[in-house]
Order: sequence, then C-alpha cells, then structure tokens
Amino acid sequence: MLNRETATFKRSYAEDMALYPLPLQRVTIAVIILVAFVAFPFVASVYMLGLANLIGIAALGAIGLNILVGSTGQISIGHGAFMSVGAYTAAVLSSRYGVPWWGAILGGGSMSALVGTFFGIPSLRIKGLYLAISTLAAQLIIEWVLNHVTWISGGVGAVIYVDKPSVFGLALKSNLAMYYFIYVFLAIGVVFALNILRTHIGRAFIAVRDRDVAAEIIGINIFRTKLTSFAISSFYAGVTGVLYTYYYGMANYEAFNLTISIQFLAMVIIGGLGSVLGSILGAIFITLLPIVLDTVLGSVGRMFMDAAAVASISTSLQLMLFGGLIMFFLVVEPDGLSKLWRNVKDYFRVWPFPYL
Amino acid sequence: MYYVELMINGLLVGILYSLIALGFVLIYKASDVINFAQGELVMFAGYVLAASLQLYGFPLALAIVLGFSSMIILGYAIERVVLQHLIGRPAVAVIMATIGLAAFLQGLAPFLWGPETKNLPLPIPEGPVFLGPILFSQIEIYAALLALVCFGLFGLFFTKSRMGLALRAIADDQQVSQAMGINVKLYFALAWGLAGTVAAVGGLVWGNLLGVDVQLALVGLKVFPVVILGGLDSIVGAMVGGLIIGVVESIAAGFIDPLVGGGTKDFTPYILMILVLMIRPYGLFGKEQIERV
Repeated sequence: MLNRETATFKRSYAEDMALYPLPLQRVTIAVIILVAFVAFPFVASVYMLGLANLIGIAALGAIGLNILVGSTGQISIGHGAFMSVGAYTAAVLSSRYGVPWWGAILGGGSMSALVGTFFGIPSLRIKGLYLAISTLAAQLIIEWVLNHVTWISGGVGAVIYVDKPSVFGLALKSNLAMYYFIYVFLAIGVVFALNILRTHIGRAFIAVRDRDVAAEIIGINIFRTKLTSFAISSFYAGVTGVLYTYYYGMANYEAFNLTISIQFLAMVIIGGLGSVLGSILGAIFITLLPIVLDTVLGSVGRMFMDAAAVASISTSLQLMLFGGLIMFFLVVEPDGLSKLWRNVKDYFRVWPFPYL
Repeated sequence: MYYVELMINGLLVGILYSLIALGFVLIYKASDVINFAQGELVMFAGYVLAASLQLYGFPLALAIVLGFSSMIILGYAIERVVLQHLIGRPAVAVIMATIGLAAFLQGLAPFLWGPETKNLPLPIPEGPVFLGPILFSQIEIYAALLALVCFGLFGLFFTKSRMGLALRAIADDQQVSQAMGINVKLYFALAWGLAGTVAAVGGLVWGNLLGVDVQLALVGLKVFPVVILGGLDSIVGAMVGGLIIGVVESIAAGFIDPLVGGGTKDFTPYILMILVLMIRPYGLFGKEQIERV
C-alpha cells in the first residue's frame, strides 16, 4: 500500500516469498491493524461502529466474489442467494440444533460452497454469457426454495430469528463486540485471499481467466479450477451470510435478493477486478453511497421538497448512481478504485522528480 | 377442458414473452451483447407511454409516437455512449455494463415520473369473450395479434430489406462484413434502436396488462429462459421458445400452485432453462458453436 518499492534486495527465499517484503509495508500493515483493532473501536460512536460492521461484512463478501469474477473471470449473479444459503444454514443450525457460532460459520460456509459448486457445474459447458444466466437462475431458484420449503425456513415470512453468538461465554450483544467478531473474520479472509492468489491454485485461476484454451494446454484442469473458484468464492459468500445473520439477529431471504447480488458485483467492479484492496474500497464505497446520498439530500433537498418526495427521489437516485457508476467505471477505468490508488502511488513514487 | 384453457392462456402469454425476447435476440444477433436490461427497456417504454397519457394528457396517437421515438433514441444512445466503448472487451464486462444500465433505468424512470403505479389505458373493450367453451380476455387476444404482426414485420425486414441483409451478414461474421463495406458500428446502433422499438411495443402491451411501475421490469426476467430455449440468435427461436415457456409455466402453475401456494410461475421456466443449458446450450434453433474447453 503506502510505500516506495525501490532499492530493496532479497537475499533469501523466505524474503522473496514474504507477503509484505518491505519494512515500510510491514509497518503500514501493523499501523492499520492497530488502528482497526485498538484505536478506532474506542473512538468511534455506536453509529459509526454499526457502519463499520456493515462495511466489514460487505468487504468479506466482495473479496470472495472478486476471487470468482476478478481472478477467475467467471461471473455470478447469484451471490446474494449463496449468502442466503449460508445464512439459513447457520440460522437452522444455531436456533434449532443449538450449534455454537464456530459450527454455524463453518456449516454455513460449507453448505454455501456446496450449493455454489453445484451451480458452477454448468460452467464446464458454458461460458461468460450463459454462465451469467445460469447463476441468475440459481438466484431465483434458491430464493423460491427458501421461501417455499417450510422445513428450511419455518413457514410464513420465512424469517428465522437467531441469538447473538457467544464467544467464551460472552454474548456479543453490543456493536463493539460484533465489530471485533466481524473484523477477525475479515482479517482471516483478507490474508487467505492474498495468499491463495500466490499459490498454484490462484495462478491457475488467473490463467483460466486470461486464456482458457492456453491454460488447458499447459496442463491446468479447467473444470476443477473453475469449480474450486466457485467453491472458495461461495464459501466466502456463505460466511458473509452467516455474519449478516448474526449481525441482524435474523435470517431473511429478502435481504439476499437479486439487488444484493448486483450490489456485490458493483462493489467488485467499482473497487477493481482481481484486487483485494479494491474489494474493500468497493465495499466501503457502495455501503456509504446511500448514506452519504441520504445525508446530502436530507439537507439540500429538504429546502424545496417535503420528506416523502425526498425519500422517493433518494431511492431512484441511488439506483441511478449505482448503474451509472458501474457503466462509468467499466468504460473509463475498468480496473476501478484500486487502479486510481495505484495511479496516486505511481505519481508519488518518483515525486518530486517526475522526469526521472 | 381445464388444461386446454391453461394451454391456450399459456400460448397467449407466451407470445408476449416472445415479444420481449425478440428485442433481446435482435441485440445479441447483431452485436453479441447479452442484454440484461431488456425488461428495463420495456418498463421505460411503459413509463414514457403512461406518463404522456396520464401526466401530460396527450392523445394516444401522440403518446405512441413519443414512446416509439424516445425508445429508438434511447436504444441508439445506449449503444453510442456505453456499449460502443466495450467492443472487444471480455464478455463479463459487457454483461456488467448492461446490468448497470438496468439499475440506471430502474432509477431514472421513477425519478422522472414518480414511483406510483400508473395505468396505461388502451381503447380495447374490457371484459372476457367466449370462443366456444373457452374464456379469453380481449386485450390478450389483441396483444397476441400485435405481437404476431411484429414478428411478421421483423421477419420481412430481415429477409427482404437491405438493412436486414446487412444485419444478418454482421451476425454471421463481423470482420468479413466490415471488409465488404458494411458500417458495423452503425448497425450495432441500429440494432439497439430496433430493440428499443420492440421494447416500446412490449411496454404498450405489458404496461396495459400489469400497470406501469418499477415492477414491470420483472417481465424481463422471463426473457432468459425463452432465449436459451429458443437459441440466443434465432428470431424463430424467440417465438417458439416464448410459446413453450408460456404453456409450460401456465400448466405447471395449474398443477403445482395449489400444492405449494404460489410462485411456481417464476420458477419453472428457470428449471427448464437449466435443463436446456445442460443438454443443449445453444437451444432449439441457435447456431451451434462447438468449443471444448
């Protein structure tokens, strides 16, 4: 992130393979961790912690989706539904069978990975265009099943209420406790995603994305690679769903509809395809967009409109901004916010001697 | 008798699905773009028509002229402003752009004309008619006829006119068509304009049947089963696929809905679609592309 990469020499394999090879990088990361886990929670208000929690959960889901879309080049319009699979699995496990939080997280993630892999199977025969449509089908079919199969959803309204998780006997009731709970998982998710892209599995993802025929010729099993990507990505989605369930205290299939799937795609695209940092930036951006918009409209719009008109315009404007930004980034800056960040870095790399 | 009635109603709704699918196929055929915003185009057309009738009080003829011309301009503008820049980019980027477009239109229409549901009254007598022992709603019959006329006109356009010939050439091979002096980019825009026209017809019919609000865009979700079944690049396929999907969902709803309590209509077409994708991904009439990776 914040560092200059010149004049460093690697003298051992361990140094070469380090996730953050430079001292300054390590310091930056340490500072970020300190701020995230020590400073911020004690400074922030309850409202800000709530926002941070939503951003953390969204970032985890976006990182997962980015492995699939950005790194493997497959598309999923069904990620909201995969999240709901995780959410309902966790809800059923914890409320009906009394499974503790770690069991619910693992169970939700694994079930979602299974379902995601199943709907990824068509990607063997079909590509881009068709895959998008088939994951759209996954979204609609899963929604229908959750809503109509009473064994899963418990009947009318299909909402299952869940107790907050209790870690070491402490129930995580406050936003602050949930903040730590969520950000530990986000940290694990970030480290895993950064590392998986450096292994042979991640390299295979990128090879399949860039040229599938060439990838197959150099001996990558495309079917397995695509399914692995679907499994990892939907595992992330499942955990995201479980975290949403714990955070809201209930599993509700309507919170994971097509709009949510598209919001997560928007995070990935606006943040930057194939970049973990980009996923986080995208999650921050998309989560804060409606709130900033509401605040601005609330103060500016109220001067010449009544509250109801402001509210209805706000929803429309939000959608227009979503759609407009997706198109804008695709046309103007396909690598998203993370590329903008890289541009800033590149500018300061040689600053103040840009002619070097 | 009940099943005959279900089937005929399915056919009548199916031909209207075909109508929306037609716009989708036009775009895919010419420019290889999967358009996730077809339902939103229909919704937008419905909004233009309903707003000019209700909010501005224009006569029907003027509203229709306005509706059609604004949809043609919108289609053309979408191609020029957004999709032209994405030529040659990965399929995922193009798909995402149309998804973004869908969200944009879903915001734009209620932003301009308000979110409340609007009627789109047409001068067609209300009430059902009996043909033999079977009950029909009149508007559905007129709508089906209109859709058939549309298909006929587009069939003629593609087989007889010079522009249609050029579009077919582009669908066959873009590079060769360009080498033969066809202005490919112009025809991409033309295809979007045509899709806008079809969406305007769809908006007229569906807006009348369902009322115009943001929910109208959901009819676009029926497009995908239809075009996958019929074949993405086949106009005949769009028609046959629409009819089959209409009949299947109508009969499935008649059978299953009483058992599970509704929602079967939104769900069976997609089951059928997944099956088609696994067995015959190019559909009934689509161009068979063999690519084994």
